[in-house]
Amino acid sequence: MNPLLKSILSPSFGFAILRVMTPILFASIGVAFSALAGSINISLEGTMLISAFFGVIVSAFTKSLTLGLISGILAGIGLASILAYFHLKLKADIILAAIALNMFASGFTIFLLYIFAKDKGTSSSLKSLVFPSIQIPILKDIPILGEIFSGHNILTYLALLSILIFFIIIFKTPLGLRIRAVGQNPDAASSVGINVNKIKFYALILSGIFGALGGLYLSMGYVSWFARDMTAGRGFIAIAASNLGAHLPLGVFLASILFGILNTIAIYLASLQVPSEFIQMIPYIATIITLTIYSIQASRKKRKL
Amino acid sequence: MGVILSVKNIVKVYPNGVVANKGVSLDVEEGTIHAIVGENGAGKTTLMKIVFGIEEAQEGQIFFKGKRIKIKNPYDAIKNGIGMVHQHFMLAQDLTVYENLLLGIEPKRGIFLNTKEAIEITKKVSNDYGLSVPFDKKIKDLPIGLRQRVEILKALIRNAELLILDEPTSVLTPQETEVLFNTLKTLKKSGKTIIFISHKLKEVLEIADKVTIMRDGKIVVTKDAKELNEHEIAYLMVGREISFERIPPNDKQGEVIFEAQNISFINEDNVKVLKGVSFKLKSYEILGLCGIEGNGQTELVEILTGLRRPLTGKILLKDKEITNLLPREIREKRVSHIPEDRMKDGVADRATVEENIIVDRYYKKSFSGRLLLKEKEIENHSNELIRKFNILTISSKNPVSSLSGGNIQKVVVARELSSNPLIIIADQPTRGIDVGSEELVHNLLKDARDNGAGIFLVSADLDEILKLSTRILVIYNGEIVKEFINHEGLTGRDLGPYMLGLKKEKDNG
Amino acid sequence: MDKYILKYFNLIRTIIAILIGVFICILIIFIISKDPQNGLRYFFLGPFSSAGRIGNVIEMASPIILCGLAISIPFQAEQFNVGAEGALFIAAAVTTGFGVSTSFPKIIHIPLMVLVAGGVGAIWGFIPGILKAKWKANELVITLMMNYVALYLSLYIINFHFRDKKAGFLVSYQLPKTAWFDQFIKNTRIHYGVLLTIVFIILVYILLYKTKLGYEIRMTGMNINFAKYGGINTFKVIVLSQVIGGFIAGIAGISEVMGIHRRFNWQGTPGYGWDGVVVAIIGRNHPILLAFASIFIAYLRVSGQVLNLMTDVPSEIVTIFESIIILLITAEAFLTQWKYKITLREAEKREVKIEPAS
Repeated sequence: MNPLLKSILSPSFGFAILRVMTPILFASIGVAFSALAGSINISLEGTMLISAFFGVIVSAFTKSLTLGLISGILAGIGLASILAYFHLKLKADIILAAIALNMFASGFTIFLLYIFAKDKGTSSSLKSLVFPSIQIPILKDIPILGEIFSGHNILTYLALLSILIFFIIIFKTPLGLRIRAVGQNPDAASSVGINVNKIKFYALILSGIFGALGGLYLSMGYVSWFARDMTAGRGFIAIAASNLGAHLPLGVFLASILFGILNTIAIYLASLQVPSEFIQMIPYIATIITLTIYSIQASRKKRKL
Repeated sequence: MGVILSVKNIVKVYPNGVVANKGVSLDVEEGTIHAIVGENGAGKTTLMKIVFGIEEAQEGQIFFKGKRIKIKNPYDAIKNGIGMVHQHFMLAQDLTVYENLLLGIEPKRGIFLNTKEAIEITKKVSNDYGLSVPFDKKIKDLPIGLRQRVEILKALIRNAELLILDEPTSVLTPQETEVLFNTLKTLKKSGKTIIFISHKLKEVLEIADKVTIMRDGKIVVTKDAKELNEHEIAYLMVGREISFERIPPNDKQGEVIFEAQNISFINEDNVKVLKGVSFKLKSYEILGLCGIEGNGQTELVEILTGLRRPLTGKILLKDKEITNLLPREIREKRVSHIPEDRMKDGVADRATVEENIIVDRYYKKSFSGRLLLKEKEIENHSNELIRKFNILTISSKNPVSSLSGGNIQKVVVARELSSNPLIIIADQPTRGIDVGSEELVHNLLKDARDNGAGIFLVSADLDEILKLSTRILVIYNGEIVKEFINHEGLTGRDLGPYMLGLKKEKDNG
Repeated sequence: MDKYILKYFNLIRTIIAILIGVFICILIIFIISKDPQNGLRYFFLGPFSSAGRIGNVIEMASPIILCGLAISIPFQAEQFNVGAEGALFIAAAVTTGFGVSTSFPKIIHIPLMVLVAGGVGAIWGFIPGILKAKWKANELVITLMMNYVALYLSLYIINFHFRDKKAGFLVSYQLPKTAWFDQFIKNTRIHYGVLLTIVFIILVYILLYKTKLGYEIRMTGMNINFAKYGGINTFKVIVLSQVIGGFIAGIAGISEVMGIHRRFNWQGTPGYGWDGVVVAIIGRNHPILLAFASIFIAYLRVSGQVLNLMTDVPSEIVTIFESIIILLITAEAFLTQWKYKITLREAEKREVKIEPAS
């Protein structure tokens, strides 16, 4: 059998998909929250970076996973608050402001990395913590399924759970209802006395929290260190994934799986005689192609009406 | 029965200087259906927006149930028991009926939405008033009539005692209208008060107890509906002492230079807004198209100028077909277009006066070489037009946004009339501009006509139509329902019934 | 006074934003540096410490200006194309390949190199342009993705086809001398590519403000409905603005290779494309203003390098500074309260003046 096909059909491929899609799933949920409220947050690339960084640094210096988690999330909330303040209060274009914040996060993390680790590349000189992996009883003993679904990092399970949380917040709470209403028709929302800016603010904060979790997973789960610009465009891929999934729970989930599969194939291809550069390109090309197909279909639909 | 709403001496001046309400006072009795009728721009919608807190009046007071109240925003109005159903529904398309109804006042269980209770409240209110709605369907899947019902329920669920409906029947089919009227009668029986804004006279007389007629930002009269008939209302609405002079038609018999054949169009909401419109335009004439806004005029003009594609039909210019040509190709054939909304289509407001003037001609030999624009020529040309059309601007290099509304319109008119047009499609050419500018635009159109152009004048302003037109077409609901030869003595009273859909007379051309 | 504030409000606003940025940077240096005085000195005066460093500012401003010009053209048409970074990189890689595998006399080789780079960049700009014009595919996300594609594709081209195995690093073969932009000022690396940049500032200025196409671009950006209504082919404008942007970004890349490194030695994208976005925003998409902004940013970059060498302050302080400035400049409501007060005061003054006369 073709060696590539053989490895793709092995359970470890399924395991890898879950591993690879975790940060994209977190970030896509983050993007989706903001998009549903009508103010899309494209600064999750920066949010993930800054949270990945603070998680590593704080856990390394305090030896506390909890503090690492909390500070990572606070960093995400902080960046989202800045975006919200500039967009909602100072009326900055949210796209340009987010571009600035992405730059800021990249520069700021390298800056601090140098201060704390005396290195501009990685934090490997620091002894930071990682989130534990979990074997799921019973499931772990089932062949194939166990190999695919058991033994993941706890944040991977949290990511899967987050889809449910996303669903519940959006469809089962007053806040979710208001977020959707504000995104669809702000006039309708304000005509019944809803403070549109306040709802958008909450949505942006939520997007920051989920982006932060994605970042924490990268530096304290996926790998065990922080590296400069380690998000490598995942925050941008998340925008595409959220778009593709129409910003709704199931769609975002499926789109994240799709990008997870594509990225995993890229990793698997690396074992073949294909230049690694081509493999690294795959997720980005896949994003361009899927976004294009999506746009073609959207514009066709519009023409039909 | 007592007076529930009383407004006193309301004065509203918009930032652009338009005085929409000139000291309006009105009493509405509790438990009645009170209609307010008037032409576009008579001030009726503005008045209601003030009552509902969307606009703030400069002067005047509002009393509700005998108490003076201050309404700064819709939320204040809702709290006081005033609800409004807007012409454009304030509903979130992708949310369900009950979600829309309870937005902002959601029943909760802990931190969660209490969907069960939400549905129960919805059911209870809809039972109480006999207004059944499919409570778990999304708004976008509902027909217009049901969407409107959701809007009404939205107000009722928030305990509205006074319900304002802004042109509620303009979007409804006759059947839906009938259903709405039954609803309104039920509401009246249960003690609610309803203000009903309309210009469909038959309906007004069918449903209203009292009728208030507004004109020019003032109230003409308030009477019991029983004491009025359609023709009387129409006269009071539009048949004012006409103080304008009709511009006599040009005596030259022109030939047909522009023709629309059987144009139809379906819009994004799947509504057939044009149903086979045909007309012929001759040189040396102004053909007026009058009708109440939203009867297909906007779409027709956009199709004629190449900004939209028709579903069916042909457009001929001197017997050559120009259907589906690009805007520039149509302009090249000497067709000019004064657009309905100058800020949306007519100008780029951050660009300079010059840049706005040359948009249809910058590429021509007189204004550019192979690559470069000829700045000197452009400046001279612009200054010439600024002088000729009396545009008040510091210089031709100032941004259009620094000009007043009337002067912005003059920029548009200057451009469109200075291109030596054979056909001029003028859509609301004097909307929202001062009297002086209006006079100027009218004279310019007349001059263009006398030079042999054919002008297709679309206007919601009857005075303008009567003053300028050689012939008049009346459009109603996407169809041309009547053609008039504009003769001395023709008045708004003659046009009104056709514009309002009371009369129809096809094949009169 | 008030009158001048209103007249130059945008300029004053930009300056205040820069001052706030500077203030924050000073604060940071004080917090993290053991020797803040030295840090501050190098931050402000580092670039003047030698002829070489003054030269560095100019060398570095050159690609930033070109990228700013490349970004400003689609931005003027309201196209959020941020693909200059990718276009620059791929064009540099492909053209380096072309340069090392061809030989021509200098007078032919140099223009050919520039044209090839421009062509590659133009193709790179065409893709998001046509996807946007035809199907409304979001050019921002597309170009963000294409930046990564450009990165890896370029590295593949260099590492697999033009890698100089004798060099200790992952770099390409050296370009033949016929494809060099010569350096012409002693003790600096200022090269003829810098002069080309000046030519491009003028060309882009002419394009945007003096030509038919520039007019079409600006009108489409200011009000696309108006442009369509007036008969402008907005489809063409959307595509062309991005193609021209890509063309200039491509030249930014190869100019840097031909003038400074003489071989492709990047392992990651150099960031000039992002600086281009920054200067386009600061300079409000005006070629001349953005050129000044570029010199300013280049100055800061060199400060950063000096800081890195001479002090314990990392050079990324410059990136932090840039991001603060963009945030403040894009914040429309920043200082509008102040402007409003002045406007009111002015209006009152005028009324007082007019009243006795009327």
